[in-house]
Amino acid sequence: MATETLTIGKALNTGLRRALENDSKVIIMGEDVGKLGGVFRITDGLQKDFGDQRVIDTPLAESGIIGTAVGLAIRGYRPICEIQFDGFVYPAYDQIVSQVAKMHYRSGGRLSIPMVIRIPYGGGIGAVEHHSESPEAYFAHTAGLKVVTCSNPQDAYVMIQQAIASDDPIVFLEPKRRYWEKGPVDLDAPLSEAYPLHSARVVRPGTDVTVLAYGPMVRTCLEAATAAAEDGRELEVIDLRSLSPLDLAAAYESVKRTGRAVVVHEAPSNIGLGAELAARITEECFYSLESPVLRVTGFDTPYPASRVEEEYLPDLDRVLDAVDRTFGW
Amino acid sequence: MAKGDPGGTTRGRRAAPRSKKGTAGDPELVQLLTPDGERIDSATGPDGTEYRVDFTDEEYRGLYRDLVLVRKLDAEATALQRQGELGLWASLLGQEAAQVGSGRALRAQDMAFPTYREHGVLYCRGIDPIMPLGLFRGVDQGGWDPNEFKFNMYTIVIGAQTLHATGYAMGITMDGKVGTDDGEAAIAYFGDGATSQGDVNEAFVWASVFNAPLVFFCQNNQYAISEPLERQTRVPLYQRAAGFGFPGVRVDGNDVLASYAVTRTALDNARHGQGPSLIEAYTYRMGAHTTSDDPTRYRIASEVEAWQAKDPIARVKAFLEKQQIADAAFFAEVDDQARRESVHLRERVLDMPNPEPVTMFDHVYPNGSPLLDEQRAQFSRYMESFEGSAH
Repeated sequence: MATETLTIGKALNTGLRRALENDSKVIIMGEDVGKLGGVFRITDGLQKDFGDQRVIDTPLAESGIIGTAVGLAIRGYRPICEIQFDGFVYPAYDQIVSQVAKMHYRSGGRLSIPMVIRIPYGGGIGAVEHHSESPEAYFAHTAGLKVVTCSNPQDAYVMIQQAIASDDPIVFLEPKRRYWEKGPVDLDAPLSEAYPLHSARVVRPGTDVTVLAYGPMVRTCLEAATAAAEDGRELEVIDLRSLSPLDLAAAYESVKRTGRAVVVHEAPSNIGLGAELAARITEECFYSLESPVLRVTGFDTPYPASRVEEEYLPDLDRVLDAVDRTFGW
Repeated sequence: MAKGDPGGTTRGRRAAPRSKKGTAGDPELVQLLTPDGERIDSATGPDGTEYRVDFTDEEYRGLYRDLVLVRKLDAEATALQRQGELGLWASLLGQEAAQVGSGRALRAQDMAFPTYREHGVLYCRGIDPIMPLGLFRGVDQGGWDPNEFKFNMYTIVIGAQTLHATGYAMGITMDGKVGTDDGEAAIAYFGDGATSQGDVNEAFVWASVFNAPLVFFCQNNQYAISEPLERQTRVPLYQRAAGFGFPGVRVDGNDVLASYAVTRTALDNARHGQGPSLIEAYTYRMGAHTTSDDPTRYRIASEVEAWQAKDPIARVKAFLEKQQIADAAFFAEVDDQARRESVHLRERVLDMPNPEPVTMFDHVYPNGSPLLDEQRAQFSRYMESFEGSAH
């Protein structure tokens, strides 16, 4: 079995390579994805090996990237669109929300748009404004789109291939500050037997508090769980992986055991994923809850200047603070 | 209309385009049939391209029939809306020649990306004219298969479809389907208002730098709801193409022959690998923007009357009569067919059933969604709870 240690970035690159090899209809489009290999090098070397007809440097206009990809999808292609940074996706918002998301529905199921929109998202890299945002709620709110995010190299490698193979349009959020983190990746396991794309996964079992996270916050929560264990509290950490549709079976089962739930995301609190998760958990686990579902999130401000982003972003201490508060009821 | 290729063109070798200080309303047009029904043998575009058509009598009569039918069906749809049978209708009145001319210029393998007003092009693609009425009645979202008819769904968000057409055309190139007589091309329909949209300008850039086999067909009907052309542009729209690096031409959009010739040439250039071009079909929206609009608030009657004199159908009829291509019996027969088809259309609209409410959950995702399935099941149980009640 070929298990290699890869970064999340390299795992995505390898997954994209596999997809290009396996299906001649798969193409990559975006700004600087060709010779440069993308600003994060996620498409490094792909244009060299697959040509500029399949790895396409586009003009600098995000609506154009998504809109032309819609036409290519109608023509039978499977476009993977790279949006360079989270804060640059909004010029494409109409194409994503009104065109990509609704095409299958509007056509009575006659057309499908098998598109993957890759977006490096989230903060923590000391970037200038518009480079650190977490726009997942905008897309998860939109019927017709699916939204997934990975938290480790193995998932990155598998999930990107699953997303490309899916006929659904999928927003694929990549936790940019985790791009360089390494982990084992099984390169040979067949995709058909892989863990399902739209399923959550328990990444650390525990008995006292259920912690729900995704993307860049999974590692933060795992670190919090390690710290909590030293204090004698066992956190059960669930990596949601799929933000639309949500898979909450494991969360419900967990909360019914622990009676306590904390939701963690970088995106602001107001009307965010955490609100939806809290509502659903409350509805499903009402009689098991020992405390309200608590949220640990970014604040309801624009993403701040990077010298204060450490205070803006949820960290180990804020997660543990919320865990403590669930015992205060 | 019969098949074959009655349109022809020769690439002129004139000097550079004449420089002109145009205004948005500069009427310089490619025209092959005057408002009085006089035939013009050939017309030259701004880049020296010469346009001509050579139709058989049968083909001329076929174009006339198309024009009359699409106008009559459109009028019927407007009437249906006035009687409460449609929620809305966007009439093509006045734009029949631009739509039939360009629609008949498409070859079978060409793909069209319409706005919400292209009922005439839809008709030329062989789609049952009842189909868009489902959308405007609110019983479905359209109903035709875009790939079967090579005519995409109506697009209501202004200009969005021009990018889809561009991507589709890029796909034609990637599939190696350009460079031959049986190559493919795409056509993007949009209006004068859409030329202000970012998407349209992005489509111009993309089509240009990828040399996409695409025709941008802009029906300049002078108004974007209430806003006149002057609020969108200071230069004639066709001249915008030059800045993007491809040819632009303005055609008399009320002249079905010129609309055909210009579109056929542009499509054939595209399919042969010569890249995109822009056609500005200069026309006039004789009716309201949609049935929700009141054009008397923003335009004067004398302007409408001036355009009435340039009617796209009257000039074809005058030509057919003068040239003795058609007689009174033919015109009566066409009118009778139009009347019968519109009656048939009306009957079928009234028979369109409302969809079952639960079908709103269909086709959200190709692969479905467990959460949506759950919501559908809950909704079904809720609806079933009314069974046997007066609800």
